[in-house]
Amino acid sequence: MINIRDKGAELWETWNRPKRITFVLVLIGLVGLLPYAGDFSFTSILNTPISSYQAVLVYPVGMFVLMALGLNIVVGKSGLLDLGYVAFFAIGAYTAAILGTKTHLNIWEILPIGMGLAMISGVLLGLPTLRLRGDYLAIVTLGFGEIVRIVAVNNRSTGGPNGIANVPNPPSIFGVRFALDNMKGFFWIIFVMILLVIWMVRRLSIRRPGRAWEAIRQDEDVAMLMGVPILRYKIWSFSIGAAIGGAAGVIFASKSMYVAPDMFTFNTSVLILSCVVFGGMGNIWGVVLGGTILAYLPERIRFINNARQLVFGLALVVIMNVRPDGLLPRKKREKITKVSAKPEGDSNV
Amino acid sequence: MRLEIKDLHVFYGKIEAIKGISVTVNQGEIVTLIGANGAGKTTMLKTISGLRPVASGQILFDGQDISKVSAHDRVSLGISQAPEGRGIFPGMTVLENLEIGKYFRKERKNEMSEDLEKVYHLFPRLKERATQAGGTLSGGEQQMLAIGRALMARPKVLLLDEPSMGLAPMMIANIFRIITEINQSGTTILLVEQNAQQALQRAHRAYVLETGHVVKEAKASDLLNDPDVKAAYLGTGAAAAH
Repeated sequence: MINIRDKGAELWETWNRPKRITFVLVLIGLVGLLPYAGDFSFTSILNTPISSYQAVLVYPVGMFVLMALGLNIVVGKSGLLDLGYVAFFAIGAYTAAILGTKTHLNIWEILPIGMGLAMISGVLLGLPTLRLRGDYLAIVTLGFGEIVRIVAVNNRSTGGPNGIANVPNPPSIFGVRFALDNMKGFFWIIFVMILLVIWMVRRLSIRRPGRAWEAIRQDEDVAMLMGVPILRYKIWSFSIGAAIGGAAGVIFASKSMYVAPDMFTFNTSVLILSCVVFGGMGNIWGVVLGGTILAYLPERIRFINNARQLVFGLALVVIMNVRPDGLLPRKKREKITKVSAKPEGDSNV
Repeated sequence: MRLEIKDLHVFYGKIEAIKGISVTVNQGEIVTLIGANGAGKTTMLKTISGLRPVASGQILFDGQDISKVSAHDRVSLGISQAPEGRGIFPGMTVLENLEIGKYFRKERKNEMSEDLEKVYHLFPRLKERATQAGGTLSGGEQQMLAIGRALMARPKVLLLDEPSMGLAPMMIANIFRIITEINQSGTTILLVEQNAQQALQRAHRAYVLETGHVVKEAKASDLLNDPDVKAAYLGTGAAAAH
């Protein structure tokens, strides 16, 4: 089996700084132009047949990639199985809906509040539950996801099963307008958020939190024996993931202008987790690819109607059989690598 | 440095694994706990390093009761463990494994190269393997790495859990030689072993554990000649009977 990830990393290693920067800028530029791709002759193959192409780029594609990146910190980096990730998405969305309709705060002012509330709920959920391991944590988080949805159904301030309508669109920034008839703006703002998350995760991975998460994922007991305060780092991982989910929720609510409890079912949690596992747990590029494919494919094949879910399911089963570690799995360090000519005592902890 | 365990009781659910054990480790000693499977040796070490909760009794470290202190804080007090089965992080390189041994230390950047040198001096093999993944090392190399990683924390007392487990005789002799070397450079060692022969030859004092109790406590050299110990743990019982 060819290893695209290793090939890519090798190529990257051989490039110098200007070459890398150019590549990244070109890539960012190309992705930024994606909303226009539907209008050109040869890229119009990307067009989704029934749903609006630009809307699909925002939700599900952009949202799923963003949330999968957030969940990847929890599941992929620190090995905590979270089956209720949609709860944080819901908390962000309802924060935007309630504050957006009841106060004069605009969406950009609500964004940090939504992230903060999601983060706090992550800490509150994490403090008692992150002492649990494996299956137990999965069950508790699954329960939490359901609790948030059921509270939203039964609470008057969240509009009950009808939800909340007329959530405002964000005000323009840098001349970019955000409205239902201009999805490009939403796509770009999510794209910027995705870039920020990727940047943050890459920074954290090579620093102390990343090392701590890696140690916790590989062996919790030994991590403790190395002096890693594991509860603290698990809560950090959990709440950073939660904040990203909350941010996605705020943008989602203001993009749809409407939230309702049935948008935040267990299904969504599982789909986002699938993006992470399908793409390659722990590897950012794998997760981005996984999120893109799993969100885009069902929309692209919408023309085959009823067989759509069947084809989607089959594709999942086949690919997970062929590539059980995901499309672009994390680096396999277990295999023998040749001794590099790195200077001795060189360390980057 | 003085590690004093007083009347320790530890449970796994309803099963009492440690039934009132008292052990003292003085500065500069190698103390060994020997005994058969299920005697409670590993549980003792896990409880001292904080992985198992104490049901009753005290763990005094320099006179301070640490039985409520969390495991990661005990590392910064100066208690370091090379766990049973070595506990190498398989996906991290040898160097990364060693670096994480220094995780809690504030002075880690200044100390890093000095301590890496020390560990590489003790275990030259680790230097050759520095960029190789921990999971690809042989059993002996992994044991070296586990001990080296524990030393990176500059422990006052080093807890070693069955360092000879699953190793070839040559490697066992090698590891025990290095354990003595570490001890001579000033680190106190509490050693748990099934290989009583080697452990008693290297240790100053020894405790014999049976099903959660201490049945014998003596100088290690005395136990080497003790008929009961010989019969039960040194495998020379049959020969002596003839």
